[in-house]
Amino acid sequence: MKFTEYLKYLLIGTAFGFVLVKSEVVSWFRIQEMFRFDDFHMYGIIGLAVVVGIISVQIIKRNNMKDSKGNPISIPPKDPSQVKRYIIGGSMFGLGWALLGACPGPMFALLGSGLTIMVVPILAALAGTYTYGILRDKLPH
Amino acid sequence: MLDFLYQPWPWYVAGPIIGLTVPILLLLGGKMFGVSANLRHACAACNFGNVEFFNYDWKTAGKWNFMFLIGTVLGGFLGGYIFANPEPIALAASTIADLQALGIQDFNGLVPDDLFAWEMLGTGVGLTVLVLGGFLVGFGARYAGGCTSGHAISGLADLQLASLIAVIGFFIGGLIMTYLLYPIILG
Repeated sequence: MKFTEYLKYLLIGTAFGFVLVKSEVVSWFRIQEMFRFDDFHMYGIIGLAVVVGIISVQIIKRNNMKDSKGNPISIPPKDPSQVKRYIIGGSMFGLGWALLGACPGPMFALLGSGLTIMVVPILAALAGTYTYGILRDKLPH
Repeated sequence: MLDFLYQPWPWYVAGPIIGLTVPILLLLGGKMFGVSANLRHACAACNFGNVEFFNYDWKTAGKWNFMFLIGTVLGGFLGGYIFANPEPIALAASTIADLQALGIQDFNGLVPDDLFAWEMLGTGVGLTVLVLGGFLVGFGARYAGGCTSGHAISGLADLQLASLIAVIGFFIGGLIMTYLLYPIILG
């Protein structure tokens, strides 16, 4: 991959991080508010993001659009028969999301905002990821 | 003129921009938007224990995503440091009352100082929130095969049933934490 191409991903990530902060998605408070159903803010963001995502993915698929290098765009399907992993794994993620008040994107955006303590949950998340890798064969999926 | 860079953005501005990340990454290089994959790629980059799950060519799979992640940190710096909103977040009054009852006192920034401070690592509450919280996010995201971006945004955008089940899981866990466990942890 060429340098200019890496730069594009860097810029998209920068826009993403900027919006996460400006919309307060990175805020522990907003996550507590969301799980209490006290405000529409988070639901509006996720809901509209999904709607825009659905429309654009449908346009890409129906027109068999290619990426900027001319390769066909294929989205790998996730196996919905693995209900256990999505419910159990998803619930564990949800417990962490509400507890820490941040999911992976916001963890890194908060670090960038100057909150150095976020190094700790990021390292803990890496440890969690690694632990899953070790235990994977023993877990129900 | 640059006021909008300092002010918080409403949901109807932020939502579509976040949603557009999905087609932009697909059209640029056929990439699937998902932040937690970076955590797996990082484990693969330094797979000391030779764990099979992390034995793959992380450079091919994840270099673009690492660039995206570095951008996310940079975006956080611009949005939360350079153009930081000086005002406290306009939270619902009921949430503020609820959190005050749980002992939260600082409502000035994006996160409460009561929990997000280095000194808190010496306390049970701090360790639980910062270490256990982070661990569960990392473990759960990989177990479920994705996090908020991979499932709730990308997966739902592609109308994947698996992602809908995962998002239901996110809320089961989140509601258990909010209503049953957090009051005990902060109690």
